[in-house]
Amino acid sequence: MSILPAVLVIALVTAALRLLPVMLLGKGGKPLPPAAAFLSRAMPPAIIGLLVVYALRGTDLSAPPHGLPEAAGVCAAALLQYWKKNTLLSVFAATACYMALIRLL
Amino acid sequence: MFLRALKAAFPRTLPVLAGYLFLGLGFGVLLSRAGYGAGWALLMSAGIFAGAMQYVAVDLFLAGAGVLECAMMTLAVNARHLFYGLSMAGWYADSGKMKPYLAFSLTDETFALLSLTEAPESVPERWYYLCVSALNHLYWIAGSLLGALLGLLPFDLLGIEFSMPALFVVMLVEQWRRKRARLPVLIGLACALGCLFLLGPERFTVPAMLLVTGVLFLFRPRLDKMEGRAGA
Repeated sequence: MSILPAVLVIALVTAALRLLPVMLLGKGGKPLPPAAAFLSRAMPPAIIGLLVVYALRGTDLSAPPHGLPEAAGVCAAALLQYWKKNTLLSVFAATACYMALIRLL
Repeated sequence: MFLRALKAAFPRTLPVLAGYLFLGLGFGVLLSRAGYGAGWALLMSAGIFAGAMQYVAVDLFLAGAGVLECAMMTLAVNARHLFYGLSMAGWYADSGKMKPYLAFSLTDETFALLSLTEAPESVPERWYYLCVSALNHLYWIAGSLLGALLGLLPFDLLGIEFSMPALFVVMLVEQWRRKRARLPVLIGLACALGCLFLLGPERFTVPAMLLVTGVLFLFRPRLDKMEGRAGA
């Protein structure tokens, strides 16, 4: 069976979710309603907090190694970024650390 | 105009370049090992452009999922994009003909990057948004293609997908440097963790988004006061 219909459906649903709010709100230079303006300021940092949890949602704490590689990777990324402010380095080192630990532990 | 915007956008997208090459690579490897080659990787990365969903899609293909199941899964995994659109509607209001593409290409990372960076004064914002979005799109396509080719070789690349959480952690650290972003960051973390423990990894995102929105409004007086103090 070809995966073409599946690919098209996934593309359509994804595009609809992204396009709807942007195309419907803030049309024709009208200012946003105050509630939407508030959200557009407060939402981005909150969503990043949520995304960290989302990206780590598959971590299994009950089975060995009990999320240790994930925890180490997160700490490596956070500490390196806080200290060096070099995103490239932080992402690369954290991923390398994780890849090493899932093989060793 | 375009070149100036590109010059402003490129250095700011470097972190996403690293993340997307990695993530795209991971996706391309998975897809090619599932038996679908570079053509499919190109089609999916250009036409869907949703990292997490494309990983999920490989599982769906392997399970022989039907069209309806694919649609439902996409709704569940990508519903968070409704909220990005909601947040960015104001920013994108004056972008004219670029608006559909800007909305289409609003991924997690593009959203996070645009909310962290600003266009220099000499560059119109919509051109800056366009360049950031299009560069990220290109990185994603390039990474997937690379992965599709690399997947044919016998490398052990297990764990490369950790570049996604690593990138988000880095972005969180950058948000944390802004004092008035700290409360929203904590609200996002707490609501997401709460919903994850209550509802499990498969269905917590949409409730968590709704909860985050509600809690932000609860704290609105306090957040507005902080905005005022920061002069923004």
